[in-house]
Amino acid sequence: MTVAVNPTQTGEPVFYLADEHPHPEGYSTSLGFWIYLMSDCLIFAILFATFGVLGGNYAAGPAPKDLFELPLVAVNTSMLLLSSITYGFAMLTMQQNKIAQTQMWLAITGLFGLAFIGIELSEFAHMIHEGATPQRSAFLSAFFTLVGTHGLHVSCGLIWLVTLMVQVQKFGLIEANRRRLMCLSMFWHFLDVVWIGVFTFVYLLGVLR
Amino acid sequence: MSPDFLKLIFGRLTIESLPLHEPIVVGTFAVVATGGLVMFAGLTYFRLWSYLWREWFTSVDHKRIGIMYMILGIVMLLRGFADALMMRLQQALAFGGSEGYLNSHHYDQVFTAHGVIMIFFVAMPLVTGLMNFVVPLQIGARDVSFPFLNNFSFWMTVGGAVLVMASLFIGEFARTGWLAYPPLSNIGYSPDVGVDYYIWGLQVAGVGTTLSGINLICTIVKLRCPGMTMMKMPVFTWTSLCTNVLIVASFPVLTVVLALLSLDRYVGTNFFTNDFGGSPMMYVNLIWIWGHPEVYILVLPAFGIFSEVTSTFSGKRLFGYTSMVYATVVITILSYLVWLHHFFTMGSGASVNSFFGITTMIISIPTGAKMFNWLFTMYRGRIRYELPMLWTIAFMLTFVLGGMTGVLLAVPPADFVLHNSLFLIAHFHNVIIGGVVFGAFAGINYWFPKAFGFKLDPFWGKLSFWFWVTGFYLAFMPLYVLGLMGVTRRLRVFDDPSLQIWFVIAGIGAFLVFLGILSMLMQFAVSFLRREQLKDVTGDPWDARTLEWATSSPPPDYNFAFTPVVHDNDAWWDMKRRGYLRPLTGFKPIHMPSSTGTGIILAGFATAMGFGLIWYIWWLAAASFIAMLAVGIGHTFNYHRDFDISADDVIRAEDARTKLLAGAK
Repeated sequence: MTVAVNPTQTGEPVFYLADEHPHPEGYSTSLGFWIYLMSDCLIFAILFATFGVLGGNYAAGPAPKDLFELPLVAVNTSMLLLSSITYGFAMLTMQQNKIAQTQMWLAITGLFGLAFIGIELSEFAHMIHEGATPQRSAFLSAFFTLVGTHGLHVSCGLIWLVTLMVQVQKFGLIEANRRRLMCLSMFWHFLDVVWIGVFTFVYLLGVLR
Repeated sequence: MSPDFLKLIFGRLTIESLPLHEPIVVGTFAVVATGGLVMFAGLTYFRLWSYLWREWFTSVDHKRIGIMYMILGIVMLLRGFADALMMRLQQALAFGGSEGYLNSHHYDQVFTAHGVIMIFFVAMPLVTGLMNFVVPLQIGARDVSFPFLNNFSFWMTVGGAVLVMASLFIGEFARTGWLAYPPLSNIGYSPDVGVDYYIWGLQVAGVGTTLSGINLICTIVKLRCPGMTMMKMPVFTWTSLCTNVLIVASFPVLTVVLALLSLDRYVGTNFFTNDFGGSPMMYVNLIWIWGHPEVYILVLPAFGIFSEVTSTFSGKRLFGYTSMVYATVVITILSYLVWLHHFFTMGSGASVNSFFGITTMIISIPTGAKMFNWLFTMYRGRIRYELPMLWTIAFMLTFVLGGMTGVLLAVPPADFVLHNSLFLIAHFHNVIIGGVVFGAFAGINYWFPKAFGFKLDPFWGKLSFWFWVTGFYLAFMPLYVLGLMGVTRRLRVFDDPSLQIWFVIAGIGAFLVFLGILSMLMQFAVSFLRREQLKDVTGDPWDARTLEWATSSPPPDYNFAFTPVVHDNDAWWDMKRRGYLRPLTGFKPIHMPSSTGTGIILAGFATAMGFGLIWYIWWLAAASFIAMLAVGIGHTFNYHRDFDISADDVIRAEDARTKLLAGAK
């Protein structure tokens, strides 16, 4: 919205807008969502910090070397990275207004996400089965909480994804739905970035430790 | 019925959980219940329920939500202050072998509840309420960026308050102090529900606070009226912006640290335990990384209020606007670099302590700059000693004193002596009461006529002012003395009889503050009865300077019939000076958000979930969680959340105002 805020040609100052238009719907949404993401980022920052402080406290229990299977984690990482790419494709098809293709890419994204969660859960189950429970040591408490919080976020993302697919099916790619897909896109990529941090600091550096 | 079955239904809630054996609590319950019943009956008799639901509880109007926040804050002030009086009485009595009248089980809950309630459910709602009410008006906006979220945030805050209040009558509250340090707050030493009430009360309210922070940042960044650049924003809006940045950048830390504590308690993890590699000091660090910014969250808006009040009642432009803004921003940043001064005694060594001691002292520089700005604003001003200005002057004297004792405490060697003593208690009450509470009262007296269309009664207001100020000094100066003599905080009984006189004086001070609170309630009542005499039809009773005074009192739903255009810091002053004429024609329909009950329903389920988790009533927690999810998702299927106020309605409202203004001349 551009308005002449300087005195008009007659020299009279303008003190109000005689002809205004309301802010378009969703005018503040992307900023608001960014700020929300940053607050969420802070949640992960604290969990990383906690892991940084407590991550070496094995309490005579298992250490990362005994627990982490890097090939499995690598597969898992690729699931999430691929899901980010497919989400990107969904956004591209959304720009072209192709509902069916958008839905297909969203579904593929969801499947990758589901695979990610599935592998993570099986990894957790395996560790717990070996006695490496969250209660065993501060290291494991911090590990399960950091990785689990990320997994919880992905799960929420999946619920959101399904909701949006229903809404796109029902109402089409209307402005509101595009905006929502955009927000989920940011959320999804954000989780990807966080996972790269997890992969690096928790798994790779953990095995080196 | 089998005990297993009862356990399935009620978790660990049994008939013994109700404090029927505690006469004080039963008495309190009787009073609260009678009061509640009378209110309920009254609302039913006068058929006000549907009005309240329609016009207030489901309203997304930032002004109404702001007022509801203020009411919550004042109601909780009564509870928090009752705790304060009980502590003062106990400490004045418990000498010479006397145990006082509170047992330790009870006393420990009282001081914990006092701190938690005063910070989270008094100071926060008062500050958030004022920001909610004032900021959109000051920036010439029609509402906040996310009106539904605003309503939801408010009800989450209420949900947290409800949980904390419930602990009074169902079970008990934490006995850990207001920050619930482990290992004391861990399951081994606090196996009962107290700490769980604490955790879930704060988590539920914390969601609301974070969301409201995001909301207000967006509002200030995106919805300013044309012409209002960042450096033309009123100072209160600036301090609100900084406060909300602090909220968003610190409340997630609280959320995480409480979540980790609950994992320790519920799952048996080892974050803050003494064995298996856990570290209690980790908790203390994390909670103060939230906790220190929190005190600036509270005091920055108060600084904003004092800036508005000083310049209005001195009839002058604020001195040093730019330096005021930079001081606020510097305080915002520095508030993240001082957290360790809350536990110099942790043993982190001389270098670390020096760093945090120095950063702490540096904060006093921008704060001092503000103080001088207010003084220079008053200098050669035509000062009107109305109530908001009185509170401001009391603040300036009191806060300087509290600030100086703060700088004293910032010196690590001095802190080793004064740590956890009553000197510290005196210091932070000195700054929180002198800064935040006085600020909230200045704000209430200043903006009340804007909210309701009539001023607050000055006689009862002045009475309240003098009781509060003298009461404050009597109550807390003795604590400085006691702290210097080495008396530590949170003690229930004392051996040394020579100390008693100081506690008696402090008790008298607390009683004077009590009279101050009563006078304030009386002030509200008397003002309501005398509303015709105290009426203001101009919308600008103080000859003020910022945009909120450009519209009527109370403002219409849409705030401004036409969005204002701003040319100056003191926009309304500038408009008045340059002969602004209120537009009388050309009104158009105005697009506004619709009311919705979703916020209160969601918050209700969140509160029920908290209650279920506190008492291990797992079915209730799970069911409420699923319900919350369902309602939340269901809400996103509603795509029509706005409506238009018709041009006719705008014309009607504006014509009514034109008539009133003509009558006033």
